Amino acid sequence: MLRIALAALACIALQAYAQDRPRQLASACGICHGTDGRGDGKVLPPLAGMPRDQIASQMRAFRDGQRPATVMHQIAKGYTDEQIDALAAFFAAQKR
Amino acid sequence: MKRRDFLKVAGATSLAGCATTSAPSKARVVVIGGGFGGATAAKYIRLWDASIDVVLIERDAQFVSCPISNLVLGGYTGMQDISRDYSGLARHGVQVVRDEAVAIDAAKKSVRLASGGAIAYERLIVSPGIDFTFGDVQGYEAAMQSGRVLHAWKAGPQTVALRRQLEAMPDGGVYILSVPLAPYRCPPGPYERASMIAAYFKQAKPKSKVLVLDANPDVTSKAGLFKRAWSDLYPGILEYRGNARAVGVDEKTMSVKLEVEDVKGDVLNVVPPHRAGDIAQKAGLITSNNRWCDVDWRTMESKAVKGVHVLGDATLSAPAMPKSGSMANNHAKIAAAAIVDLLNGREPAPLQIINTCYSFVSEKEAIRVSSVHRWDAGKGTLLAAPGGGVSAARSESEGNYAWNWARTIWADSLA
Repeated sequence: MLRIALAALACIALQAYAQDRPRQLASACGICHGTDGRGDGKVLPPLAGMPRDQIASQMRAFRDGQRPATVMHQIAKGYTDEQIDALAAFFAAQKR
Repeated sequence: MKRRDFLKVAGATSLAGCATTSAPSKARVVVIGGGFGGATAAKYIRLWDASIDVVLIERDAQFVSCPISNLVLGGYTGMQDISRDYSGLARHGVQVVRDEAVAIDAAKKSVRLASGGAIAYERLIVSPGIDFTFGDVQGYEAAMQSGRVLHAWKAGPQTVALRRQLEAMPDGGVYILSVPLAPYRCPPGPYERASMIAAYFKQAKPKSKVLVLDANPDVTSKAGLFKRAWSDLYPGILEYRGNARAVGVDEKTMSVKLEVEDVKGDVLNVVPPHRAGDIAQKAGLITSNNRWCDVDWRTMESKAVKGVHVLGDATLSAPAMPKSGSMANNHAKIAAAAIVDLLNGREPAPLQIINTCYSFVSEKEAIRVSSVHRWDAGKGTLLAAPGGGVSAARSESEGNYAWNWARTIWADSLA
């Protein structure tokens, strides 16, 4: 009985786990962009609610040197295409 | 009284396991230390799993930020601007207990408090910051007790006291900043401090001098950018000497003793070498050089004591990783993710993190260094990912981003 309950719990847990990862990956951005991309918007545009394609294309433009920046051209180089797409989807889905 | 009542409950709970008096919770995580690491960990655990109880033990009523505190020394901002209370964490359901952790019993999974209570945990986070090895600088404790020699390397009363000394110093005086051998908290911090005080002297007492006596052979962070700023902005005011380790200090003659000579000054700001904060030492978390705590960088779990996660400046840094507020905040996210996974029966996965450190070189202009840190399974640690680097040049634009970083990380950690 307990074993069945634990197995069910593990199953739910695995699904939650897959969904949690982009949020956790995105948390590193919080030091400049705010928790879940909801910064105060005074200096940087909020990432929360920004269209997914815009985030992904700008991250790639920073990374590939097509968009000049003070810092993002350096940080974006540390992210793979897969990570950029996960971040873009996560921030786009956040409410402002 | 409320706090005492709470601790009684907590003490009783320590015998009963993880049951609580109110709604049933998954487990209790106790966090020692409410700085960039501890505060962020407490908040993010609640954010990512609100069924986990989080208790934060912090001895001070307010968080005072070391980053930006050098601007207080320059007279460009005030203590209230770099201070935050802990009410934001309470809004996330974190129970903030104003007390000091005095002992950890890892076998019983319990933390003893200065007030006499004990509190049980399922997982413990220790984010103790640094303490100093005063014995490395002969005469330091007597000099500090006299009030004439300060480190001001923990933002708070010493920051205020050092600013007062600078204000009281007559024009034509010499301010000495003694920098310990790396690794120490905030690699660019000493050079930002020298810049801020030089900017103040240039404005208010132009015959005065800043003398940096660095135990390291050269400026340890953003060297090119700092040296350019110094030669452009503070010629004749700021003097830098490498390989100048302080071995002693004498408040009676107001001199810093180097290996080969004594150097006199009017304001002596001697920063002694550091190690992980006292509670880490008491709890046997220090593994390296009698100073730092080695951790598993996938979880921040101590390599010495199971079930205890260590964050921030207290850790034995991974390669190319600075002891910084940004890093402590990001260590906290690794620990929060791992602890949420562990308490939900999941295997923790490594997390990629970002460091960004701004330093002001004048009232408005700043410079920056950034890096991305990624788990390397082969090496078993976090390594710097491709990219990263420093500002192209100092600028007011970087200064604006620096203030954005400060406001945002304070909110991300505490609000």
